[in-house]
Amino acid sequence: METKRTVFPNKLLPYLFVAPQLVITLVFFIWPATQAVKSSFERTDPFGFSTQFVGITHYIRLFQDPLYLNSVGRTVVFAVAVTAISMGLALLFAAAVSRLVRSSQFYTTLLVWPYAVAPVVAGILWWFLFNSSTGILPYMLRYFGVVWNANLNGTHAMILVIIAAAWKQISYNFLFFLAGMQSVPHSLTEAAAIDGAGPLKRFWTIVFPLLSPTTFFLFIVNINYVMFDTFGIIAATTNGGPNQATNILVYKVYSDGFIGLNIGSSSAQSVVLMLFVIALTFIQFRYVERRVNY
Amino acid sequence: MASITLSAVKKTYQGQVTAIHGLDLSIADGELVVLVGPSGCGKSTLLRMIAGLETITSGEVRIGDTMVNRLEPAERDIAMVFQNYALYPHMSVRQNLEYGLKNRRTPRPEIDRRVTEAARILEIEPFLDRKPRQLSGGQRQRVAMGRAIVRQPKAFLFDEPLSNLDAKLRGQMRVEIRRLQRTLGTTSVYVTHDQLEAMTMADKLVVMNGGRIEQVGRPLEVYSRPASLFVAGFMGSPGMNLIPAPALAGIAGGLPDSVGPACGTIGIRPEDVALTAPDRPHLRLDAVLDAVELVGSESLVYAHVAGLDSEVVLRTPGIHAGEPGQTLGLHIAHADLHCFDAESGRRLAS
Repeated sequence: METKRTVFPNKLLPYLFVAPQLVITLVFFIWPATQAVKSSFERTDPFGFSTQFVGITHYIRLFQDPLYLNSVGRTVVFAVAVTAISMGLALLFAAAVSRLVRSSQFYTTLLVWPYAVAPVVAGILWWFLFNSSTGILPYMLRYFGVVWNANLNGTHAMILVIIAAAWKQISYNFLFFLAGMQSVPHSLTEAAAIDGAGPLKRFWTIVFPLLSPTTFFLFIVNINYVMFDTFGIIAATTNGGPNQATNILVYKVYSDGFIGLNIGSSSAQSVVLMLFVIALTFIQFRYVERRVNY
Repeated sequence: MASITLSAVKKTYQGQVTAIHGLDLSIADGELVVLVGPSGCGKSTLLRMIAGLETITSGEVRIGDTMVNRLEPAERDIAMVFQNYALYPHMSVRQNLEYGLKNRRTPRPEIDRRVTEAARILEIEPFLDRKPRQLSGGQRQRVAMGRAIVRQPKAFLFDEPLSNLDAKLRGQMRVEIRRLQRTLGTTSVYVTHDQLEAMTMADKLVVMNGGRIEQVGRPLEVYSRPASLFVAGFMGSPGMNLIPAPALAGIAGGLPDSVGPACGTIGIRPEDVALTAPDRPHLRLDAVLDAVELVGSESLVYAHVAGLDSEVVLRTPGIHAGEPGQTLGLHIAHADLHCFDAESGRRLAS
């Protein structure tokens, strides 16, 4: 793409202009990241007097640690469930709203609201709703013979954080799906209607395939969200428990480092996560930016 | 194959804006009817009502013997060619053609037979495995036609199918669509704002304006005997010269007896204005030349007549070597005067 080039008469001025952003990036992103990489190869004694280079010991231990491998498993379950639920429901809502004529603006506004809620607040909200002693949902579940207790039952805890995390993300996905659907030319669905396809068939054979760039983009964004931004939800509701049931990777980085004070292992874990993001970003730039071609 | 009958068909949006004012039209089996009119005249709305893409506020649409008001587009057994072609971009040409047949659970061998046949007729065989975006405008147009043909529907509906093509291709496709429609003998409704398309393609021409039918007839009949001032001005390029009758009578020293007192406006086709006196009874007007447009095969001469507000356009074969300011004698045979009622603007019998 051709962009307009600005030429500065002063050689120093352009550097001054980018300096604030550069400083912020360096101090808050690059420097901590290199520190993390560095400390993932080191072991520090409990009092912080001596630091010793240990190579990839932390990484080897990590992938032999059943607790870490358990956490990977939990994360996969969590990520798949949250992504599937939030994208599935968002698609359903978007399809429903795009059929509306007059009230679509109203519903769109309402459906976007949850996105403004911070993850921690979303977590607490659902924690209240699902609270085993005061929550309304466990009270209702009792009529179906379910004794709900997210403090004791790992599956219940997992369901709770999945719902809280997915609920928040639906808004975001919904907006993208809705915009995507609105950009599918009306005449295509009309042509399909004349070609004998009912509403459901039109959706699956015409609209959904044409949404594939949006779907792929959202898939990447959602995985990123689930892997990192859900920390607040876990911290506000289950703290990774009960018995590691909701201890997903991003929360384990925190709990091992700041509660368990095993900085070396925590750093190694965050480097693993970092590599994961880099890979995702690469895929995104490689395929999404170039648009998925149909 | 079927006839299409519209009776008292009306379309009102949200109970306020009326797009179609109770309209009657019958289209015979195998006929190609062209709906023509300026933008916003309701021609596309009417087509979409026949297709089932717009609801019908009141009145009846029949395809064959079936009342289709309440039927879904798919159940009406019609095929439509859209202005932007509406090809499914993620499907190959073959899949585009097959889509409608698959939805109707046509057996596989039959699908293959029909797709091959349509591809042969439209000469799109080499592109069957390409995606629409790899095709030129003309090729996409053919695929859109193919999608209609393979279905073998009761009727084809065309919504300004040629308006996205360049002039040359438009001319070719016009002839081709006409030939194809004749060969297949499928009842067709064709919407266009291009009156050249309308004149050349139609078996029956329907001129619409403001949600009403102004005139229905064979193209030449509409051209030579326009039923209203609107049709007179709309059909033909340039349209008829429309001159207030009293003013013309004053200048020409009286009008022939065939022009009755009810006549408010006289219409004169540009090609009916001669620069030399014909040997039939005629009017003579003295005019001053304003401008000449050379089209190549003919010239359009714009002139003004003292005492008339509007310019008079005349069409003369070959190249007219006139200069602005030059005086001209305009001759119009009495038989070529069209009279329109002062009140209603309808044509007066003559």
